[in-house]
Amino acid sequence: MKERIKSILSYSDMIGSLVKRDLRGKYKGSVLGFLWTFINPLCQMIVYTIVFSVVVRNNLDKFYVYMIVGMIPWLFFDMSLRQGAGSIRYQGDMIKKIYFPREVLPLSCVTSNFVNMLFCFIIVFAVLIISGIGFSPKALIFLPLVMGLEYLICLGFTLIVSAGTVYFKDLEHITTVVLMAWIYATPIMYSIDIIPQNIKWIFLANPMTAIIEAFHNILYWRIVPDLGDLLYAFVFGVVMVFVGEWIFAKLDDNFAEEL
Amino acid sequence: MDTNTDLAIRVTNVEKFFKVYMDKGNMLKERVIFAKRNKYEKRQILNGISFDVPKGQAVGLIGRNGCGKSTTLKMLTKILKPNAGEVVVNGRVSSLIELGAGFHPDMSGRENIYINATIFGLDKEEIDKRIDDIIQFSELEEFIDNPVRTYSSGMYMRLAFAVAINVNADVLLIDEILAVGDVSFQKKCFERLKEIKEEGTTIVIVSHSMDQLYSICDRLIWIEKGKIVEDGEPKLIGMHYLDSMEDDRIARLAEESKEKLVDDRGKSILELTDNVHPEARRDGTHEAKFTEVTLLNEAGEPCQIFNTGDKAVLKLRYQTDLDHPKVNFNMDFVKDNWQYCYGSCFTKPGDALPVLEQQGEVVFTIDKLMLLPGKYYLDIGINGENGELYDNVRNIMQITIRDYVHNEFGPCTFSHHWEMN
Repeated sequence: MKERIKSILSYSDMIGSLVKRDLRGKYKGSVLGFLWTFINPLCQMIVYTIVFSVVVRNNLDKFYVYMIVGMIPWLFFDMSLRQGAGSIRYQGDMIKKIYFPREVLPLSCVTSNFVNMLFCFIIVFAVLIISGIGFSPKALIFLPLVMGLEYLICLGFTLIVSAGTVYFKDLEHITTVVLMAWIYATPIMYSIDIIPQNIKWIFLANPMTAIIEAFHNILYWRIVPDLGDLLYAFVFGVVMVFVGEWIFAKLDDNFAEEL
Repeated sequence: MDTNTDLAIRVTNVEKFFKVYMDKGNMLKERVIFAKRNKYEKRQILNGISFDVPKGQAVGLIGRNGCGKSTTLKMLTKILKPNAGEVVVNGRVSSLIELGAGFHPDMSGRENIYINATIFGLDKEEIDKRIDDIIQFSELEEFIDNPVRTYSSGMYMRLAFAVAINVNADVLLIDEILAVGDVSFQKKCFERLKEIKEEGTTIVIVSHSMDQLYSICDRLIWIEKGKIVEDGEPKLIGMHYLDSMEDDRIARLAEESKEKLVDDRGKSILELTDNVHPEARRDGTHEAKFTEVTLLNEAGEPCQIFNTGDKAVLKLRYQTDLDHPKVNFNMDFVKDNWQYCYGSCFTKPGDALPVLEQQGEVVFTIDKLMLLPGKYYLDIGINGENGELYDNVRNIMQITIRDYVHNEFGPCTFSHHWEMN
């Protein structure tokens, strides 16, 4: 494993240029261009806010802020897995003809979505200012840490689905379905407090709950995130990355033949 | 790696097979319902290949399509893993197998150079150092900041090749990609490749262009059905390989002849020799006729591939129903573009004609075959005393004169020498 990590690191510039290509290439040619990075989550926030504060009532103050604080990190997770699932399969030509550590593809997929999330945080901060909620500097210190933890979790899952999809195409669609359900098992469009006690363990076992709750604490409640959440996310993230890399390493020998 | 640091590549007993699924289901449904259908056949591509390449050597891999050359190359790049045996490559590997990997059509040539080069494993500083060389080599200075979707396909390939060939490596692997761009660009690529070789880079190249291989390789390895047939000096291996290809071609032609020459006249040609050309035609009264035609080389073996200057012997067996007729035999060579090259008769006009027994043999010995490289048809005929056409077979077989590097042109050679005074 040490060898593999070393060789991945030597290709860090490839990750960099693929991320750049992905971010710059995505909206090239469209009229609004890079603005779509912001418009997309903004529209989503508006739709969800209308649904969840007008149609389905809840008791959270300035619900749209709560929504977007959780939604942007969720979108990072969601997009990483969705795109990551096909990241190897759809680049078969490259896999079949050039050698590079195969982890580079899921890594650059997760990284480019991560960078995308960073850009989207411009909206989050703008919303926080406009709504009058403001910031707590003490809590903000934890923001990069939480983002880092989320990156680890994303990477672990993406490694598994990207390698798995090569052998089993359905995994791509299964991933989409699971993600659709997963968002409702994560307190993004409601508060964790309204979950009935008897099924709460499901939500607490969900590593994304810990991550999203940490974001909520830092940005919406403006308090230091729960250390238990952070620890759980950390352990989960590290284990996922190792398990993911282990599975990936098992599967990547035959990528070129399967594709 | 073992202690022998002079080796760039060591391939030991490598075997590789692919699983070929009869009817593979990738979908969950298919996997479950047709669980029995997931049977596969093992297709053995490499059957135990071993070779070492010392540092700085240029090796060419030759062989028919599907013989395992490209698979071998892919194993050297680590794209494929051998099922058995070991592949060790010392030093940094660059492969010119796929050109333009990762190119994004909407991004500029310059940006794509960075993307493409990082995929080859270069880091940013290395690219910064080489970017001018790359752009200069691609001859796209004016267009380098335009998006590559505006490039013509030739420009696109030139850019891609410029990146690939400027990736400095200890071991360079090349698969059939030297046919890029116009003739002058191809020449430039080739010159660059020679420079790279002179700098001490180890090169392994797969190509079907023997000229390219001869001019760059120190050694050729001929692979057939997953095994090494021969390994050694390029000209020699190349000749053996081309002969074997030519033999195959002639055998294929003979097969084709069997299908084509189905009428009685056709069948009567097939009786004459094993390697009849499908375009063969026979006419005449057959009152006197050929029964067997053989073309032999110096060693007396049937042969259809010669070098310029070789000895060739044409043996013609005949039989006749007439009573001791007077006839003349003739043979001709016609080039495959229907240019008449050479002809000879048994006796010249005015001299006494030979008188035939009921059956017998005529031998035409060519001490030195003076035809230049190319493909030629052999025609043979028997004519009577008063010009009666007894038997005439055109294009009965094709002979190949091997293509050595030569400085003569046209159908035939002269004994000659050049000098400077």
